[in-house]
Amino acid sequence: MMVTGVVQSMTGESAQRAALGAGAIVIDVLAANDGRLPHEKIERIRSMRPDMILMSGGTDGGAVTHVVEMAEYIAAAEPRPRFGVTYKLPLIYAGNKEAQPQVKKILEDKSALVVTENIRPVLERENLAPARNKIHDLFLEHVMQQAPGYKKLIDMTGAPIMPTPAAVGLIMEAIAKRDHLNLIGVDIGGATTDVFSVFDGVFNRTVSANLGMSYSVSNVLAEAGLASIMRWVPFTIDEQTLRNRIKNKMIRPTTIPQTLDELQIEQAIAREALRLALIHHKSLATGLKGVQQERTISDVFEQRTSGKSLIDMLKLDLIVGSGGILSHAPRRIQSMLMMVDAYEPTGCTRLSVDSIFMMPHLGVLSTINEKAATDVFVRDCMIYLGTCVAPIGQGQDGEVCADYEIAWPDGKTTKEQLRFSELRLYPLDSGKQATITVRPAKQVNMGAGVGVGVTREVHGGVVGLLLDGRGRPLKLPAEQTGRVAALAKWFKAVDLYPVQSAEC
Amino acid sequence: MIHRRRMLPLPGKVLVNVGDAVRSDQAVARAELPGKVFPVNLANQLSVAPGEIKDYLVKKEGDVVEKDEILAENKPLIKWFKTEIRSPVAGTIESVSSVTGQVLLREPPRVLQLLAYVDGTIIETIPQQGVVVETTCSLVQGIFGIGGETSGDIVMAVKTPDEPLTPGHLNTAMKDKVVVGGSFLSADAMKQAKTVGVAGLVVGGIHDEDLRALLGYDLGVAITGTEQVGFTLILTEGFGTIPMAAKTFKLLSTYVGRKASISGATQIRAGVIRPEIIIPQGAAGIGMNVQSQRDGIRVGDPVRIIRDPLFGCIGEVSALPSELTKIPTESEVRVLEVMFPDGRRVVIPRTNIEVIEGA
Repeated sequence: MMVTGVVQSMTGESAQRAALGAGAIVIDVLAANDGRLPHEKIERIRSMRPDMILMSGGTDGGAVTHVVEMAEYIAAAEPRPRFGVTYKLPLIYAGNKEAQPQVKKILEDKSALVVTENIRPVLERENLAPARNKIHDLFLEHVMQQAPGYKKLIDMTGAPIMPTPAAVGLIMEAIAKRDHLNLIGVDIGGATTDVFSVFDGVFNRTVSANLGMSYSVSNVLAEAGLASIMRWVPFTIDEQTLRNRIKNKMIRPTTIPQTLDELQIEQAIAREALRLALIHHKSLATGLKGVQQERTISDVFEQRTSGKSLIDMLKLDLIVGSGGILSHAPRRIQSMLMMVDAYEPTGCTRLSVDSIFMMPHLGVLSTINEKAATDVFVRDCMIYLGTCVAPIGQGQDGEVCADYEIAWPDGKTTKEQLRFSELRLYPLDSGKQATITVRPAKQVNMGAGVGVGVTREVHGGVVGLLLDGRGRPLKLPAEQTGRVAALAKWFKAVDLYPVQSAEC
Repeated sequence: MIHRRRMLPLPGKVLVNVGDAVRSDQAVARAELPGKVFPVNLANQLSVAPGEIKDYLVKKEGDVVEKDEILAENKPLIKWFKTEIRSPVAGTIESVSSVTGQVLLREPPRVLQLLAYVDGTIIETIPQQGVVVETTCSLVQGIFGIGGETSGDIVMAVKTPDEPLTPGHLNTAMKDKVVVGGSFLSADAMKQAKTVGVAGLVVGGIHDEDLRALLGYDLGVAITGTEQVGFTLILTEGFGTIPMAAKTFKLLSTYVGRKASISGATQIRAGVIRPEIIIPQGAAGIGMNVQSQRDGIRVGDPVRIIRDPLFGCIGEVSALPSELTKIPTESEVRVLEVMFPDGRRVVIPRTNIEVIEGA
């Protein structure tokens, strides 16, 4: 989809969130202030050939001219759908209601125009649901009609057909609602990486269209850079060989790593793809920008801008991973550490993986019976890996990071010190809980403030309880020998890979 | 026998009829691409309200204008204060908006000709949209390519499939030809190919770094075909130094001097498109080799390994165990055993090999 707004960071972003939430890939955001000249915008619309356009802009009763101007550009571009020569491009108008008559006049003959409620009726409020529903309807009515076999599929199904990411979003929302959780879900595929989040009941989804493990693997290298990928690999390899290997994976996407070093490289790429996709998600899952804020005297030293990211890692309860590289990793600890390294959870965070890729189906089921869908998801689909306990702060290797005491379900206790640059893994079975009390060192924070101790109930899983003393933000030694030694130490501490790399 | 569907990007006119014999460089359909649009905000430039601009227009909607012709002007009492707005382009006035004060100018349409791409016969015409060309040919599919459709006579630049293509192999006689190399194409050889003006290059492999230098950017997703680097490039094996499969090399050698239509267009996601070399047989074609439909992999099939550490090695399937096998990564996968010509046997995940077709 292509979306338009008047101000890029306000209605432009709202339109983008509406489209992404509906399961779309947004190929461009056009706005009156996006810095492009009018003829460049028209050329862009012509050359991108979206399947659908969402127009927004202006609060109700606000700017009309810019919205009409954008409608004129779209009309001039005469956008044509990619598929089906005979049908008109679906276009949703969800902007200033005062501009509806003019927009209709300009675009009614040139597109399959649908008018719906403004996605930003006032600056302080977003109203994304009506636009999302229209996107969904038009996707099924127009775009999917072009897909071979779609009509047969309609006859076969009893429930509404949904785009996969929209269905995954539904099950994520249902789980978050059921257990009152803040969660991040990720689905890393061959071509794209979808990130879902629910924080304080607000759902967001982003899709990083060119971050993936096969078709788009080369793009991960281009975006992250070779050094970022290689920092996770405990050996050296020359750049040319690695580049060729990654390109060969791109052109033959169904191949799998056969040797341990290939697996390690692939999991290193996954860490970077996951990390970049979350950065992208954080930049869009924000509060509304351009909103007037009330400040009190206590805020005088804190210059907060509006549009702060909603993703607060300290409030995060659960990470759900999905996609081949996470769900099918030979050892579950590999999935856990990939997500921990990429997301750097802080405080106590539970991690899980979707074992059987049933999330989309359960998303559809949740529209019919939410309880049944969430029950199946939790019992049969999700595999809990365990909990990661990670204090915030940095220190010299070997310095004390925190004292901790764990009361195990069998009544035993463990009292130890977690040092910087240390990873510790304790077994704690699925369904079991332990109580951990962490007393962080002076400069270290566990979420309650620097040096303030916390006590938490932590859940077990197939991996267990991971204590991460590597510091936050996570920094790897810059120097090669030190980095390789650190990785080797961490991998050994959690038994990440088999010891012997057998020859093939 | 292959069919190539040739479609216009927008409705136009089909220029040929069913049964017509066509050449690869012949236009089979034509369309007019609407010209570029240039908005001019008259209201701002004349400092008047958008609703008033109609009073200042010299031209009206639908009028043809030349570059620098006056579109609108004001009529002040003192001539010195006169403002004239001239057209930045030649074209027609598409619309005048009284809401935004904009005039949209459209340049004249550009004619787009759709070529036949291969020598053959028209077997179907789709009114206003395109045609289907049929040709009896030899077809070689590559694994990755860049650049669009072109054609030229086949020239073998090297003697064996494992010989790399160097700048020394390329000479002026290869201008507009489809040049076949062996195992590897270096950055220097690419430069030389551009200087010589070859139509296309077909080689076993290249380094990704050289591809990046050639394109000027790092290719993130394998969707290609529109690059303009001076020639069309087709890789038959992959990235790195990999000898061209002996069968491919031998087949291309057979057709030295014959015209080939090639395309570098590659798309690896849904609806896979691989680059191709089409050598039409024409009336004097040699006996057609119809390929039978394969039904799965069998012991004895020739295969190529397509993943490190044995990437590019060619052998024969010597066993097909049905049970899942644990490989060194600890994954449990379906495997097969490959025997190399020297008798050595290795176990490889089934997904990491490809069967050499038509062998």
